[in-house]
Amino acid sequence: MPYPEIEHLNSSERVRKLLKMVLSNKVILLQGKLKPEEEARLIEDTMAMIGHVKGFKGVELAVLSSKKENSLLPLIKSGIAKLLLGDRDAMTVVGPASIIKDIKKDPSKMELFLKNK
Amino acid sequence: MVITFIKDFCRRIFWGIFNTKKNIKLGFYGPPNAGKTSLANRICKDWTGEDIGKVSKIPHETREVHVKEKVEVKQKGKKITFKIVDTPGIATKIDYENFLKFGLSKKESKNRAKEATKGVIEAIKWLDDVDAVVVVLDSTQNPFSQVNITIIGNLVARKIPVLIAANKVDLEKSNVKKIESAFPEFDIVGLSAKEGTNMEEFYESIFKLARKT
Repeated sequence: MPYPEIEHLNSSERVRKLLKMVLSNKVILLQGKLKPEEEARLIEDTMAMIGHVKGFKGVELAVLSSKKENSLLPLIKSGIAKLLLGDRDAMTVVGPASIIKDIKKDPSKMELFLKNK
Repeated sequence: MVITFIKDFCRRIFWGIFNTKKNIKLGFYGPPNAGKTSLANRICKDWTGEDIGKVSKIPHETREVHVKEKVEVKQKGKKITFKIVDTPGIATKIDYENFLKFGLSKKESKNRAKEATKGVIEAIKWLDDVDAVVVVLDSTQNPFSQVNITIIGNLVARKIPVLIAANKVDLEKSNVKKIESAFPEFDIVGLSAKEGTNMEEFYESIFKLARKT
């Protein structure tokens, strides 16, 4: 999902859109990432749905962030770009826990393990 | 900015003269089974003689927020009174079938899962009501999990001072250095809440943390 698809949405709408897709058993690969408070909201809403939506056990979520700049000029440039456009260099994976078995992550890579049906 | 500086200055002067701070709400956050309640128990036992909650090997043993008032911690002639807030482990998924493996009945497992989901929501709500937080991580586990990053990201966004406790250093697989490399901008203390290892350094660190509130 390209970032412009959620760019114009407010926090509640973003979380609702992602969860709606998760509930239809889709694994989403999102360009960019949610704000920390949106991630917390996603967890809260997920918890509220477990037990109320049949077969729903929660989500797997992982964010691979862009590499941090150490020198000043690139740091300022990327800071301004993130402020204006959001952190589009990051990548978020979110999907139903009934499909994604595990997400293994370190700072430079992410491995997605799916369940055998 | 000037007002913040003056407030901070006054706080330091007060702290310096009276050597005491009162009622700092200290939250304990982290993923399930990291040892939050074990650490909160250790502190409460050390300074009040009583536990705050029950611990278990089954995940999500703490399913509601537990609060211990007036925990007075002394260190090098200074004194701080904490309100200890032990929260349920934060997770993105809860499957009742996982509890069956621990010998719980289907009914007990479903009930535990239901209570655990409510506990996660309650823990997140409490983020708006704590002054400082100890994030408790299991040092034998991969620290790069999204739950850890989400918890810490939310604390930073709310400008809540954070200390990371890398728990379970008594276990062979413990790797505090990995936690340090994952969160280089935070103070990290390796400890074992179960064995009481390195608690002196931990108490010094929570005094430093309290000064930031």
